Amino acid sequence: MAAATVDISPPRPQRRLTLRKLFASRSLSVALYALVLWLIVRTALTGAEAMGYDWQWYRIPGYLFSLTDDGFQLGEIGYGLLASLGLSGLSFLIAILLGLLVALLRLSGLVVGGAVALIFLEVVRNIPLLVLLYLFYYVLGPIFGLGRYGASILCLGVFHAALVSEIFRAGINSVARGQWEAASSIGMTRAQAYRHIILPQSVRFMLPPLTGELVNTVKSSAIVSVVGVAELTTVGRNIISETYLSFEIWFTVAAIYLVVTVCISAFASFLESRYAVSN
Amino acid sequence: MRESLGCGHVLGHDAQPEGDAWMQTDQPIIRIRNLDKYYDAFQALKNINLDVHQGERIVICGPSGSGKSTLIRCINRLEEHSAGQVFVDGVELSDETRDIRAVRQEVGMVFQQFNLFPHLTVLENLTIGPIRVRKMSRPDAEAKARLYLDRVHIPEQADKYPAQLSGGQQQRVAIARSLCMEPRVMLFDEPTSALDPEMINEVLDVMVELAESGMTMICVTHEMGFARKVADRMVFMEKGEIIEVAPPAQFFTNPASARCRMFLDQILEH
Repeated sequence: MAAATVDISPPRPQRRLTLRKLFASRSLSVALYALVLWLIVRTALTGAEAMGYDWQWYRIPGYLFSLTDDGFQLGEIGYGLLASLGLSGLSFLIAILLGLLVALLRLSGLVVGGAVALIFLEVVRNIPLLVLLYLFYYVLGPIFGLGRYGASILCLGVFHAALVSEIFRAGINSVARGQWEAASSIGMTRAQAYRHIILPQSVRFMLPPLTGELVNTVKSSAIVSVVGVAELTTVGRNIISETYLSFEIWFTVAAIYLVVTVCISAFASFLESRYAVSN
Repeated sequence: MRESLGCGHVLGHDAQPEGDAWMQTDQPIIRIRNLDKYYDAFQALKNINLDVHQGERIVICGPSGSGKSTLIRCINRLEEHSAGQVFVDGVELSDETRDIRAVRQEVGMVFQQFNLFPHLTVLENLTIGPIRVRKMSRPDAEAKARLYLDRVHIPEQADKYPAQLSGGQQQRVAIARSLCMEPRVMLFDEPTSALDPEMINEVLDVMVELAESGMTMICVTHEMGFARKVADRMVFMEKGEIIEVAPPAQFFTNPASARCRMFLDQILEH
């Protein structure tokens, strides 16, 4: 037996292990990241210089906000950010409600309900978001009298509802079957079991992927700039068309999206850790 | 003696408009007639007939896969039977969900894996049924919950979460949760099988006390000491069939069937 266990671990994996250790060491990773970042920035800067690009970063803060005698005032980009947040927030709210409905329909065991949910899911998931937006804005918009803002929110909501419903479905399914049985054995209705037993428990499973979906919603909200809704990306484009500050503005807009999504993720992991404790 | 197998009874009762009239007669609280259960092609239960009367304690035993759990799960319709009839308190179990929910309030169930609600405290586990299903006020439900926690000997654990309790304590909470619904029958599905050996007795003690209080109980268990102590009748099952029904004195000393004797030899060997 002893000989067999020795044979199982030949020296090769050990050598690989040391290499892996080297790459896993913090100082080396930091150095590598720094090197890559420096290369990118340097290439960009030299490239921009070769183009004769005239960096005017000093003009950017004014677009974000200004501190005048009247006090703090948001700039164009600041308002764009607020519009983006409002747009994503409302869309996500629709996605949550619609997604829950679709998930419950799929889990209802009703043949018709399941079919409706499945068709909705397949249709939405298999149309590119941009095309879906055109459908909502150019087709459904005029028919149902939706403005560009309404059509955009609905489109984003419907698009993300498909993904959110799958998250809900997985979360609900991850609650042990015995919980259903315990709930029904004390005489609860299906609705009561969902509300008091199943959903509260599945939140824990759903929180991480739902955060991811919220981040996705914020990011995909940029697409509504193609139908001219005034939000962060649109504002950026408008400023560029007036000032030709394309490098600075796009860097800034990208950074703002990054900050927002990182904040959402951080908040979510805070929530998760709180949930973990209370359980 | 109390076993009246006459099928005419069933029909006679069904036709009775009054809910109370039959209580004077010897109407069994659970009546199972020609019950079959299939999982696709596999027949899990074959032609089961069993009557259980108010106050009776039945222990069902048999090798694993013999259909014991399936049988008691058919009594509160966690499993739907394929053919035959199940009556609980005179109500036939069918697809009519309103009746099912009424029946389930009368039939408590204790699971092998406890199935406590992990996101609720012990007290909330006990009160959620009375409050949401029986529409009881919260103070009343909590008073009742504390009463039953006392009866299962863990009044001090009311504000903990299930995960903070030992297995034995969790199972006692599960028993108390069922009792809070004031059921007329209690079903136990291998209540001690998932427990560490040193915790089995604290659960069995509670079950013995419950039996002594006159509760109608149907227990699937391999705890033969418990069975000897409380059972009015032993039911032996194998391959989906009831092979033998006998009082424990006879069942343990002189079982009629050879298969039953073999089974008893196996589990009583040590």
